[in-house]
Amino acid sequence: MERSEAELIAAVLKGDSASFEPLVAKYSPRVFATARRYARRESEIEDIVQEVWLKAFDKLKTFRAEAPFEHWLMRLAVRTCYDFLRGHQRNRESSFSEISEPEEDWLDRFVADPGSAPEDADAAKLLIDRVLEKLSPAARLVIQLLEIEDRSVKEIAEITGWSVPLVKVRAFRARGEMRKILSRMTQDKYL
Amino acid sequence: MNLAELQKKLLTAARLNPPDERVPYAFEKRITALIAARAAADHWVAWTRGWWRAAASCVAVAVACGVFSLFMPVTTDNSNDLSQDFENTLLASVDQADVAP
Repeated sequence: MERSEAELIAAVLKGDSASFEPLVAKYSPRVFATARRYARRESEIEDIVQEVWLKAFDKLKTFRAEAPFEHWLMRLAVRTCYDFLRGHQRNRESSFSEISEPEEDWLDRFVADPGSAPEDADAAKLLIDRVLEKLSPAARLVIQLLEIEDRSVKEIAEITGWSVPLVKVRAFRARGEMRKILSRMTQDKYL
Repeated sequence: MNLAELQKKLLTAARLNPPDERVPYAFEKRITALIAARAAADHWVAWTRGWWRAAASCVAVAVACGVFSLFMPVTTDNSNDLSQDFENTLLASVDQADVAP
């Protein structure tokens, strides 16, 4: 018979670490998807997810079961990703000269007629990834959660541990930062 | 160029392409093995930490005794000298042997 999540957590807390395995198997797909939003290389993604699970195991006694385990785990995952971003800021200062041909074509189409550049094109995805990589860690986190995942300010405050006004300030700054990066990108290409 | 429109389009592109949820083969086994390995290592760490704590306590007691003896008033009265009493007790049998015919 399959044990419930609460039973598995209780067993882990009593010292049966093998009961942690079904939890890892169940939630790893979501944790991997979250990590892939913030890191590109597969080795880095695996490191992040591994760290998330080790932290989850160590901090499991702090889980109060007031909210679902998944929420608690995703909060931990996002915070770990944020720590990763803060530790890996080396790529932010590079120029946009390495833009690939499909990306250039997409930008050209956008300049000629904004409506003709499809949002579902791979080139558009590559471009936004490039732009996101150049944002500061806090700005990237806010843009990701607020604009891409469509979460509310209150939710972001709960996930990050920041206050609601701080999230709002950081969102305002993040949009400005993103606009600046886009401006630099287009200047690199068209000037 | 309309940067606001470009920003909007690129964010829509990101929304339309969610990251995949692929998990490496037997990833959960790897995590469980890591946790088990850490638990074994933790056992030794706990022992070592315990010994270091014990050593620190001993040093603290030794320092306290040293400080205590340093600041104790020095007595010149030899009758209350503990070391003399101790020596007399220890050598009592030898002294008696000397006195005996």
